[in-house]
Amino acid sequence: MDFQTLVFYFLSAILVFAALRVITARNPIHAALHLILAFFTCGGIWALLQAEFLAIAIILVYVGAVMVLFLFVVMMLDVNIDRIRQGFWNYLPLGAVLGLLMVMEMGLVLSSKYLQAPAADAVVPAGVSNVREIGRLMFTDFVYPFELASIVLLVGMIAAIVLTYRGRKPSKYTNPNQQVFVKAKDRIRVLKMPVEKD
Amino acid sequence: MFDHFVVPNLLPAAPEIFLALMASAILLIDLFVKDSRRTVTFALSVLALLGCAAIQLWVAVPDVTYTFSHMFVADLMSVLLKLLVYLTVIVVLFYSRAYVIDRGEMNKGEYYVLTLFATLGMMVMISANHFVTVYIGIELLSLSLYAMVAMNRDSLAASEAAIKYFVLGALASGLLLYGMSMIYGATGSLEITAVARQVHGANVNGNLLVFGLIFLVAGLAFKLGVVPFHMWIPDVYHGAPTSVTLLIGSAPKLAAFAVVIRLLVSGLLAAANEWQDMLIIMAVLSMAIGNLAAIAQTNIKRMLAYSAISHMGFMLLGIVTGVVAVVGADGTVGGDISNALDAYSSAMFYVIAYVLMSLGTFGMILMMARAGFEADTLDDFKGLNQRSPWFAAIMMMLMFSMAGVPFFIGFFAKFAVLMAVIAAGYTWLAIVAVLFSLIGAFYYLRVVKLMYFDAPTDETPIRAGLDMRLLISANGVAVALFGMFPQSIMALCAAALVYSHFPH
Repeated sequence: MDFQTLVFYFLSAILVFAALRVITARNPIHAALHLILAFFTCGGIWALLQAEFLAIAIILVYVGAVMVLFLFVVMMLDVNIDRIRQGFWNYLPLGAVLGLLMVMEMGLVLSSKYLQAPAADAVVPAGVSNVREIGRLMFTDFVYPFELASIVLLVGMIAAIVLTYRGRKPSKYTNPNQQVFVKAKDRIRVLKMPVEKD
Repeated sequence: MFDHFVVPNLLPAAPEIFLALMASAILLIDLFVKDSRRTVTFALSVLALLGCAAIQLWVAVPDVTYTFSHMFVADLMSVLLKLLVYLTVIVVLFYSRAYVIDRGEMNKGEYYVLTLFATLGMMVMISANHFVTVYIGIELLSLSLYAMVAMNRDSLAASEAAIKYFVLGALASGLLLYGMSMIYGATGSLEITAVARQVHGANVNGNLLVFGLIFLVAGLAFKLGVVPFHMWIPDVYHGAPTSVTLLIGSAPKLAAFAVVIRLLVSGLLAAANEWQDMLIIMAVLSMAIGNLAAIAQTNIKRMLAYSAISHMGFMLLGIVTGVVAVVGADGTVGGDISNALDAYSSAMFYVIAYVLMSLGTFGMILMMARAGFEADTLDDFKGLNQRSPWFAAIMMMLMFSMAGVPFFIGFFAKFAVLMAVIAAGYTWLAIVAVLFSLIGAFYYLRVVKLMYFDAPTDETPIRAGLDMRLLISANGVAVALFGMFPQSIMALCAAALVYSHFPH
């Protein structure tokens, strides 16, 4: 087993562990932190495959977006920010361990000394740019699914708006037409009540 | 840099492009339409679908055409199924119009736009020749449907159904993608025709392929709603607004059939020995659980959901037996092509017949519903004969057809599938299918009994627009008429499959 395979299994083990913790952690903040670890590890595996664009994209997009999601969790669960600040020291050990793991992964993937694969087994031949190739494929061979994906995103937007937009609160204007047609009995209702004696 | 790239031929995909443009245009036009004049949006949506049908007929060629780097395939099967999808969605729109208007929450332009995008998703699925396009088509369809199920926000049942549908749908997509990536690992291609060549050439990692196949079949089974991946069907059919249930229960079945044919028959026919056993188990379980559980239901939408499960199981039999006929005893692909053709066209006929019946039955529930009244329990059908003999008769025809009573279209659909099963030498499977159909007849006939022999609990006369009355009458008559002349549809199915999958 060469070093690359070792790194792969190491990253995979962390990925599976992190993914498991995402669904088993009771604390939503723990779950979000593990999700970040999972995405990061996933990026590491892609970097191992020499797909550096995807690796960077997942970290920029997902880890960035997950931070937003994390904020949403805080907002929606109505967690007091002060209490989170107080909990900072409680979360620090876990956060530090996860952060260290990420740094270690980065080191393993990027320490080029062991990882320069021989040119013969390179997945990507020398002189070919990953980004350029993805861009070319996306706008040529994959243009049909690419356009459809944009429609999927549009549907997602429409769905989100339909499901959350409740409309403006009706303003309190009076309709002159209804005012003209109003009758006395619409304004006053005469109730007959039995007279109470004593 | 782009010297080897050929600009794709857009003509075969013209209906898809037209629908995408129209849906986006309707989304914008609807902003200027007042709530009270929503008919404009409705009319535009119907016109868009009619335009798609016209373009489809205009661009249709009998050959198999690939475009977009072999990601899109246009063949006669796709033309026929897409035309049926347009027709079905138009009928769905007409049936659900009054229902949607009565429920102000859903009477928005987005309802129609999402319907159109769902239709686009079905079209993409039907014409997919690449795992990525299959997946994106399924997602486009499902995402629109999730939103439509949840659209009635004040209904707790609808929200619950939407969440269940969404979570299980996401799980199914995950399974499907996992299977696809494994098959990609085994064959080195995502394009269905290339996968077929690789698997046929037998230079693939067999274990990996089977591993992927299991996940692929599980994902497909989720989308088709067959046992053991059927849990979402009753809850979603029951909880969703009836107009959305009508949409979920009709046109997507045509698209799902196309995807099953494309993935399993066009793509992985050489691995048929592997998947046919899985399909047999799922088919038998679906017929058993679907038909038995339907008996216990008091809500007619839930009952029809279980009936949908059993019908999809029955349809799978056709796909299974087509393969049995093709794969020889020594495991080589070959054998009698005409048997396979019979089996696939019987499955296709079954799906078309089911969609026709399902449209009519859910349409009937929609017609009886009023503002604030859903008409979705079996008791609501009590004494329908006294309230409206004509519509009771149509409902009776639909129920007889679903049960497989001769001579309605449902009978011939079952008959054709059973013939294919027996021709493939699976007599025991045919016997099991007939037994469960007999059990199933009980709950269909119970509806007929309620309509004719029980006193009505609700004497309100049935009010519906002229378009609704005409369409639902036509739907009922079609079930009877195509039951007497099934050859017309059968010949269409066979021709479509011959030109698409067995080119001479």
